[in-house]
Amino acid sequence: MDEPPPERAAILKAAIGIGLYAMAFGASFGAISVSSGLTLAQTMVLSLVMFTGASQFAFVGVATAGGSPIAAVPASLLLGVRNAFYGVPLSEILHPHGLARLWTAHFVIDETTAMAVSQGTPRARRYAFWATGLILFCLWQLGSLTGALIGRAVNPSDVGLDAAAPAVFLALLWPSLRRREARWVALGGAAVALVLVPLTPTGIPVIAAAAVALVGGLRSSRAGEERIPDREPK
Amino acid sequence: MTPLWLAVVVAAVGSYLLKLAGVSLPESILNHPKVQRVAELLPVAMLSALVAAELFDGGRRYAVDWPMLAGVAAGVVALLLRRGFLEVFLIAIAVTALLRLVT
Repeated sequence: MDEPPPERAAILKAAIGIGLYAMAFGASFGAISVSSGLTLAQTMVLSLVMFTGASQFAFVGVATAGGSPIAAVPASLLLGVRNAFYGVPLSEILHPHGLARLWTAHFVIDETTAMAVSQGTPRARRYAFWATGLILFCLWQLGSLTGALIGRAVNPSDVGLDAAAPAVFLALLWPSLRRREARWVALGGAAVALVLVPLTPTGIPVIAAAAVALVGGLRSSRAGEERIPDREPK
Repeated sequence: MTPLWLAVVVAAVGSYLLKLAGVSLPESILNHPKVQRVAELLPVAMLSALVAAELFDGGRRYAVDWPMLAGVAAGVVALLLRRGFLEVFLIAIAVTALLRLVT
């Protein structure tokens, strides 16, 4: 608690900035979720319990596309696999033991990891994790709820909200496309999905695209390519 | 419980358990470079697949909604111009809504 005030103030300021961005993102999630056919309660369960943006969007996209909603489970879980890997650096920073693991785990997402690992001292890293996590969680819920209420009030396709999900996915994807390998994997994922559209039930094309990541990841490691960690925004 | 509710609960709890596994499993399992590379590429492959599906999946056949496609294309232009997430979002829905209004 005795972090030099200027450093803590800077972390807090950055965390609030990320939180406001998350609120806007959460509002688009809430609106898209409700307009796609989820109830307000289902939308809020996703935001409160799943609490990881890309998986939530993917869940809604696949669950409401016309196939079985169960296909949305592997789609969202595969997208959430990266959160498990954030546990490696974060365990070193936070040393969660026993019951503390249970609530620490909930806040392990793109933004908290990026904020924590970028600080200079162990104390600042812990502070950055919790400040970002708690602020972002509150504003994500507020945004989701507001968006869901707006999504119920207007006809979503009249205001173009159906274009929001693909545009948001592209924005999420964009920073990682700086890497050549990632560009190939992105093209491969889209190609696999397109080929499977007429052949498989809805939802399957997206899940099958995971195989491209598997092939790409194993190939590039054989080539000994340097690993560049990139954290896309939620 | 409807299938949609069941899917919501299973996916939400499963997502939490993935996070819990990350802070609970022995580091050696997750710290393998090959495993980490696959984990990093998973969102790339799946998000692009989601975009393709949103734009062209008409349920076991191809289908395109032109105003929506144009809106997303406008979003890509915004991304190329290094605009932030919020602007990309607003441009995509505004272009789609405008095209629906005039066609």
